Amino acid sequence: DISLLPSGSLLALSHLGKAVDSLKDFPQSASEDEEAIDGERNHQKLLEKIGYLDGKNRLAERSEASLQVSEFSVSNEGTGEQLDLAELLGPIKSSSSMGTVKKQLKKVKNKKTVDLPLSKEERERISREAAYNKISQDMTKWDPVVLKNRRAAQLVFPLEQDGVLENCIGEVLGSWKARTPLEKEIFNLLHQNKQPLTDPLLTPVEKESLKAMSLEEAKQRRAELQKARALQSYYEARARREKKIKSKKFHKVLKKRNDKKILKNFEELRKVDPTSALEELAKMERARIQERMSLKHQNKGKWAKSKVIMAKYDLEARKAMQEQLLKNKELTQKLKVPSDSEHDEDAEEENGLIPDIVNEVQISTDGPNPWMQRNHGITTKTPPIQKEPLSSEESELEEDEKANEEEEALLQELIERRSLRKGSEVDQAPRRTEETEEVLAELRTLSEQINKKAKKRQDGEQSVNSSSAVSKEPSIQREEQPSLDERPERVQTMEALDTLGLDEAVQEQKVLEPEQEHRPSKQKSPLKKKKEPMAALHTIISGKTHQANPLSAPIVVEEEDCDEDATQRQIIKEAFAGDDVIADFQKDKLEAEKASKPKEIDLSLPGWGQWGGPGLVISARKRRRFLVKAPKGSARKDQCLPNVVISEKRNIQAAAHQVNVLPFPFTHQGQFEETIKVPVGATWNTQRAFQKLTAPRIVTRPGYIIEPIKEKDVESSPSHWAHQPYRGKARLHGYSPPPPKERSIKESPITHQLITHTPPLLPPQKKKKNLATMSTGDEASFWK
Amino acid sequence: MEAAPKPGSGAHVKGQGKKQKPRRYWEGGNDEAHPLPDKGSKRKWEERPQPKDAQVPKKPKQIREPRPKQKQELSSKQTQKVLRSKQTQKVLRPKQNLKDCNSDQKQELKPNQTLSGAQDPFPGPAPVSENAVNKFRRGGSKFVTKQPLKLVTKDKLKVAASEEEETSVRAARAELLLSEEPGFLEGEDGEDTATIHQSDIVEAVDIASAAKHFDLNLHQFGPYRLNYSRTGRHLALGGRRGHVATFDWITKKLMCEINVMEAVRDIRFLHTETLFAVAQKRWLHIYDNQGIELHCVRRCDRVTRLEFLPFHFLLATASETGFLTYLDVSVGKIVASLMARAGRLDVMTQNPHNAVIHLGHSNGTVSLWCPAMKEPVVKILCHRGGVRAVAVDSSGTYMATSGLDHQVKIFDLRGKYQPLTARALPQGAGHLAFSQRGLLAGGMGDVVTIWRGQGQGGFPSLDQPYLTHRPHGHIHSLQFCPFEDVLGAGHSRGFTSILVPGAGEPNFDGLESNPYRSRKQRQEWEVKALMEKIPAELIGLDPRNLGEIDVISLEQKKKERVERLGFDPEAKAPFQPKQKKKGRSSTANLVKRKIKVKDQEHREQVRQSLQQQQQQQKKLQTSQSTGPPPSALDRFKR
Repeated sequence: DISLLPSGSLLALSHLGKAVDSLKDFPQSASEDEEAIDGERNHQKLLEKIGYLDGKNRLAERSEASLQVSEFSVSNEGTGEQLDLAELLGPIKSSSSMGTVKKQLKKVKNKKTVDLPLSKEERERISREAAYNKISQDMTKWDPVVLKNRRAAQLVFPLEQDGVLENCIGEVLGSWKARTPLEKEIFNLLHQNKQPLTDPLLTPVEKESLKAMSLEEAKQRRAELQKARALQSYYEARARREKKIKSKKFHKVLKKRNDKKILKNFEELRKVDPTSALEELAKMERARIQERMSLKHQNKGKWAKSKVIMAKYDLEARKAMQEQLLKNKELTQKLKVPSDSEHDEDAEEENGLIPDIVNEVQISTDGPNPWMQRNHGITTKTPPIQKEPLSSEESELEEDEKANEEEEALLQELIERRSLRKGSEVDQAPRRTEETEEVLAELRTLSEQINKKAKKRQDGEQSVNSSSAVSKEPSIQREEQPSLDERPERVQTMEALDTLGLDEAVQEQKVLEPEQEHRPSKQKSPLKKKKEPMAALHTIISGKTHQANPLSAPIVVEEEDCDEDATQRQIIKEAFAGDDVIADFQKDKLEAEKASKPKEIDLSLPGWGQWGGPGLVISARKRRRFLVKAPKGSARKDQCLPNVVISEKRNIQAAAHQVNVLPFPFTHQGQFEETIKVPVGATWNTQRAFQKLTAPRIVTRPGYIIEPIKEKDVESSPSHWAHQPYRGKARLHGYSPPPPKERSIKESPITHQLITHTPPLLPPQKKKKNLATMSTGDEASFWK
Repeated sequence: MEAAPKPGSGAHVKGQGKKQKPRRYWEGGNDEAHPLPDKGSKRKWEERPQPKDAQVPKKPKQIREPRPKQKQELSSKQTQKVLRSKQTQKVLRPKQNLKDCNSDQKQELKPNQTLSGAQDPFPGPAPVSENAVNKFRRGGSKFVTKQPLKLVTKDKLKVAASEEEETSVRAARAELLLSEEPGFLEGEDGEDTATIHQSDIVEAVDIASAAKHFDLNLHQFGPYRLNYSRTGRHLALGGRRGHVATFDWITKKLMCEINVMEAVRDIRFLHTETLFAVAQKRWLHIYDNQGIELHCVRRCDRVTRLEFLPFHFLLATASETGFLTYLDVSVGKIVASLMARAGRLDVMTQNPHNAVIHLGHSNGTVSLWCPAMKEPVVKILCHRGGVRAVAVDSSGTYMATSGLDHQVKIFDLRGKYQPLTARALPQGAGHLAFSQRGLLAGGMGDVVTIWRGQGQGGFPSLDQPYLTHRPHGHIHSLQFCPFEDVLGAGHSRGFTSILVPGAGEPNFDGLESNPYRSRKQRQEWEVKALMEKIPAELIGLDPRNLGEIDVISLEQKKKERVERLGFDPEAKAPFQPKQKKKGRSSTANLVKRKIKVKDQEHREQVRQSLQQQQQQQKKLQTSQSTGPPPSALDRFKR
């Protein structure tokens, strides 16, 4: 082996050895023959070299016996013996100067002869093996990752996600600093107001308020808020509802009412709060201006024009037109500004100065025809009339009120009608407590009324006291009552007890008792009546109920009951003596057993191997020999149950739905059944559990490229995909993953070469990719 | 809402432990999934014991009639209180996923600090008691691992276990939302509750509940069949002489009322209250909620009884001709028509647990049917005479039957089908009905008797009736109203609604059957229910069968594969002796070696089995060795 060659003197020595060997008739190849001359020369050189091996110590005189003695070389020619190295070593034994050489020679002696260089195939095989080992070792680093991904309940692709959220929020907030001027300004403000910077949930004020407010208060406040909200929503709902109403009349009336209300309010306001009244006035003024600007209530519109045509013939149309015009007038009427007291006084003075008649005239000229003014006139008249005596005012108010009442009544009616309609559509809405109390009260009164009626009726019955009347009575009653008698009797009976007293009730019962069988007891009331049917029930239910409380029940009764039982049994036995149910059943069962048993097959052929003819009898031996016995099946399920026949047939159609292969990793059916034991559906699980159980095994984020796992990820941190929460932190502390190790393959060029030249192995890149893809796609389905 | 105290009696309202103010619509705090059904007046019950010195001596008894039934979210503080009080029990904390763990670590770094600076007085998820969690577990694992499992398998099993744990913990948490309690009726110091009259109950409960006791006086059109809709809100009545009516029985709002001018045998709501089927004299008719006839199903003729299987959308009809027919109402097809071979069928009920139909026959047997099987799955001999009525409780555990031999029996349906109790009644019960909470009602002539079990989940004991009532006519049908403490009884003179405290399930599932649902909700529910429809062929005795591997076809497949391949790929390779030289591999020698290996294996097996036996014996001995130690003289004992 070339690589084993030593250097220096040892090299020379081994050359020597070789030379010695070559001195023997070493088989020479053809090429060597050709280079024989060169060989000679080399030989000479070698010899010279040996001669100069040790410059100081010249070779000692040789004294061996040999046929050819040369002073230059040692030859064993002619002796026919091989030269032994030991012989050569003998002379140098004594001289200490040759020690090192001796040692080296000894080493050479221990070495066996050098092997032949390996054949090319073998060499390649070995190198392949080495490369395989190397690479498979290299590949093991993927194992934990692959295994982990296989075991993972859910994989989210792409696997590498930025773990920003994983970091502690506090840290992020802590490290964050205000940079832009806006941010700085905001922070300054926050600092000044002692607002929390990092802890944004509660401000100090809020915290304080939290401390200040007790739970009770908070609850109360919350309740108030809730109530307010509810009220608001209630009003909103109401407004919406009213808005939906299509009746024009309703809206008209409503509007009028509102107007009136506003006016009233205004009056009050003027007295109480003049400034706000002024505002109101301004509003009115504004409305006037708008009216003047628009032509809304003049006879220019489409509707007005049509009405003009109709007005000639139609009283209603005329009225409508006039009303509209009135409205126009009303709106365009200039309002007096009553705000200042001075003004008021002025006005009073003016009023005082100008005679009433003038005013009236003015009004009459300004305003519409007096006959057109019906309910109107409040707006126009009230300001001047203020000074008029109270009585007139009152009377007018009364008039107003009357009108109001009428309208109110109308409105009420409308609403009621509406609610009625609704009530018929929608089933009875559940009521609140207040309402229920009302209902209760109503019920009570109702029940009292009914009671009285019933009493009267009963009185009548008593007086008539004839069965015919009684028989008629219930039918009438039935007619009177709705088909569902819900009987609010609870109250009724109590009341009856209270009012009537016991005696009367008993009397009634006495009267009613004979009727009971015919008539369902409607007015079930107390005691006697209750006891009577109970006693009947006790007789119906046999003695065992009595046995339950032996202290109270006499023993004799029990015996009687037993006797009764026995006699009854006897009677029943006699009644069913004819059909023997049990025997029938047993027969059935036997048949079923027979049918389900596998049958034996008799293969014996009569007449085979014996004389045929009439009177043929197959021998028992033969029959036994040709009888194929049925396999002994398992015992019947109903073997020990005499009163039951359980079918042994298999439900094949149901079996079609069952799993009939054992899936891959399992070796026993019990193992598989264990894994499908837990139901997955939402019917059997809570919502969260259901979601978890049915979570998809692989989730891909749309719009993301799914890349194979990178090598560096694996090498840097094998637990990378576990989303370690402190990953970011580690970086903050200056931890950096060690640089990926230079692969040892690249260190030695030879092995590198070997790898590149080995055909049966995949190039490392490709192999890796394969694994990575497997871990993501195909493998997932495989592992399912 | 408190009932106003009586003016004269001086009764005062007491026991306001659970006083509830009526809810206003602005009072939030309701989860959106269950919109507030009825404002306020619905959900109160009162506790109003009568004063001892009242005039009526019999009264003092406690009657609670809880009204349904809405999932309420308690405030977090309340929950904390509730849970803290249970600290004596062992508590569980759910496993947290990775992220939670990380957040926990964060908490460790800065204990109890939040962004707002407020401290959480109860950090971490609230503890749950283990008993509550165990209720939602799906049973232990069936297989025992002998050999070490593959890593992959182990992983899968681990994941499955953790899922189960988590879901059950979550479910246990959510149980907090079931705030309503069932009602009850208690007699005072040994008073027999059966002696308590309906009017007493009506007096004691609040008005809303009292209004649920009523009579319909319908004497013209003969005995009535009745059916409550699944939500318990609607009621269908069918009179023998053709009178058919459906209405919202709580508000008493009539939906439709018609006379079909034909005998009506039975009436039943389909999946919603908008459709109902009526078994008329000749054919089966289907009407909508306005009484318009939608279908006349002529393939179901002379039907006597109807049952609707809500999860399969199947209408099961039993006919005079002896056929049991399944009609799929979602597609209008007849799924199966089974010949019962037992004459006229007029006793039928369904098992709500597994949708198996129970038919009672005149030969005293009850047969259990599912549409995929041509013969009865189970046949039970119940009575000496014919079977008059059958009822199955809501958990599918107990079946009550009554026969012509005047017996009422309760059977266990969990595999054994043996009678648990029996009792002879003077007249025998003509009709039976189970309530949601396991009360059994029987109609005998014109008397309704209700029995109650001891404790939750037990069967009703027939010794002592819980309540009795006597409507005005002979009972023709009985049914408990779902989610209400009400028993409906149809009789010859109309209909009676009887109050039975503790009959109904107090908490309803708002997504499944919501008595207060709006039209929109109903429509949405309908779509969902249709999508979740279960195929008819899946009906069987054990509904859990679907979660099991079909072993028979698995083995069959394996066998076929072996046949196809010519060898068993999964079988352990038989021992093949190595070829040896120098004449040691003679045929005889090979055989010898084979036998040797075989024997060795056999020996190993025997050794193992012996060890197992010994261990078992030891166990037995240790369990038995409670008595005195055996003496040497024991062998002479006789």
